[in-house]
Amino acid sequence: MIYRYDFDVIAQWIAPGERVLDLGCGDGSLLRHLMDARQVHGYGVENAPENLLACVKNGVNVIQIDMEKGLAGFEDGFFDHVIMSLSLQAIHNTVGILAEMLRVGREAVVSFPNFGYWRHRQSILNGRMPVSESLPHQWFNTPNVRFFTIADFDALCADNGIAVRERLAFDEGTLILEEPNFLASVAVYRLGRN
Amino acid sequence: MTQPGSVGIVAPQRARFTEPLPLRSGGRLDEYELVYETYGQLNAARDNAVLVCHALSGSHHVAGTYADQPDNLGWWDNLIGPGKPLDTRKFFVIGVNNLGGCHGSSGPSALNPATGRRWGADFPFVTVEDWVDAQARLMDQLGIERLAAVVGGSLGGMQALSWTLQYPERVRHAAVIASAPKLSAQNIAFNEVARQAILTDPDFHSGHYYDHGVVPARGLKLARMVGHITYLSDDSMGEKFGRSLRHGKAVYSYDVEFEIESYLRYQGDKFAGFFDANTYLLTTKALDYYDPAFAHGGDLAQALAVASARFLVVSFTTDWRFAPERSREIVYALLHNQRAVSYAEIDCPAGHDSFLLDDPRYHGVLGAWFDRIEVR
Repeated sequence: MIYRYDFDVIAQWIAPGERVLDLGCGDGSLLRHLMDARQVHGYGVENAPENLLACVKNGVNVIQIDMEKGLAGFEDGFFDHVIMSLSLQAIHNTVGILAEMLRVGREAVVSFPNFGYWRHRQSILNGRMPVSESLPHQWFNTPNVRFFTIADFDALCADNGIAVRERLAFDEGTLILEEPNFLASVAVYRLGRN
Repeated sequence: MTQPGSVGIVAPQRARFTEPLPLRSGGRLDEYELVYETYGQLNAARDNAVLVCHALSGSHHVAGTYADQPDNLGWWDNLIGPGKPLDTRKFFVIGVNNLGGCHGSSGPSALNPATGRRWGADFPFVTVEDWVDAQARLMDQLGIERLAAVVGGSLGGMQALSWTLQYPERVRHAAVIASAPKLSAQNIAFNEVARQAILTDPDFHSGHYYDHGVVPARGLKLARMVGHITYLSDDSMGEKFGRSLRHGKAVYSYDVEFEIESYLRYQGDKFAGFFDANTYLLTTKALDYYDPAFAHGGDLAQALAVASARFLVVSFTTDWRFAPERSREIVYALLHNQRAVSYAEIDCPAGHDSFLLDDPRYHGVLGAWFDRIEVR
């Protein structure tokens, strides 16, 4: 299991015993962490068979659905937190899924790679698409379909009545307080409804 | 010859019950018998038992072969055995023929102890809940207070679900596969066509055909043919048979021309040769009646509130008889109650029959899920 520094940030925002939904939960590592550290009632959502299998092996509740089609079976306000960790950039229906997260959850927690990170900008200036720790794929095999910056995401939230309750930004694990859109490779948001 | 990983040669056993069993239909069985098979060893803590519930045409013969019938392989042999997903080195696996069945348990084709004649149409209606009650009494006889898991596909999945509602304290895990919380109108419609085929067969004799030395084979064959259409997907049927013509061209006859006709007739004849028509009627009615939410005003979440087992729900993308949407209803009702549940929707082309196949993703998930079950 690889260490993911956004897990610790997310765990800080989760109270013990909460109901948590993790969208695009991968092998279930975050949920496993939250179950062990916060005793959450956790459910993951995945659509990739290999990830589903990994979750079952990890003893994590996982539900196979295609998130692009929304979260129709989930009840309004059922979860305390709905998490999407480093998956938003791989979803086509960005606004739709954010609305669904805030429908079924009291708050949403979203982390994503910042396309505006200075190394990414430098790469583009040098004429090549960025490849980094937070954007590890080549342009031709990336699962990512949306490329956006922290500033872009702030604007999207403002336009859609989504309240940014907290935002932490990191440069490969180090907290960034100044100029995050330039200096941070990953951002983690805590979102609510306005 | 047995395959590596097979439970090998098995033999059915018989349990007799003399305490009357009240039935949901209002009837009662004063005494009855259940045939069953077991694979693996019950451990000292008696906490490693897994009950496998069968569907419409299944039986207690779930795995292995018989000494005198080496080709008679259990219907879920690909799942159960040493090193298989339901590993008999870890678990004590039980298969049981349900009440009303025709594989040795008390049913229409068995003798009615009160009359000394075959039950026929006098065998009472039995429901999924009645089956589970009878299975629970078998567990009592076997000294199993609590099942490690109950697992079933299709109608078997309904029994697995029902176990968690009728005996929540007696089942730790439940795998509900290619199933539904109740049949749809379309499902019932198919069952009704099947029943009418049997009921209108001149050899049916109001269910007392045994006394006339005949069986309603034509009706049973038709019933099975209809059933088979619904177990396969359009794609799998197309791929397997397409429009292949036996004579390479149309010969303008009602004999077998298209290969799909040959397949359905063969399956129908085979089935009519061993299955009992009264059991078919009873079992399709048990399917139709099953609806645990009915007593809760249709609220499935409320019906499932008593369940405490950890669930695995599995469906298959091409299954239109028990479509994935129906499995999701179970998943969301469990979720509402904050129950432990995982749900896999397996992309398999074979329709409803997929649950009997050994698709690696399907068996992978089942194996991983069974691996997580703790036994002492």
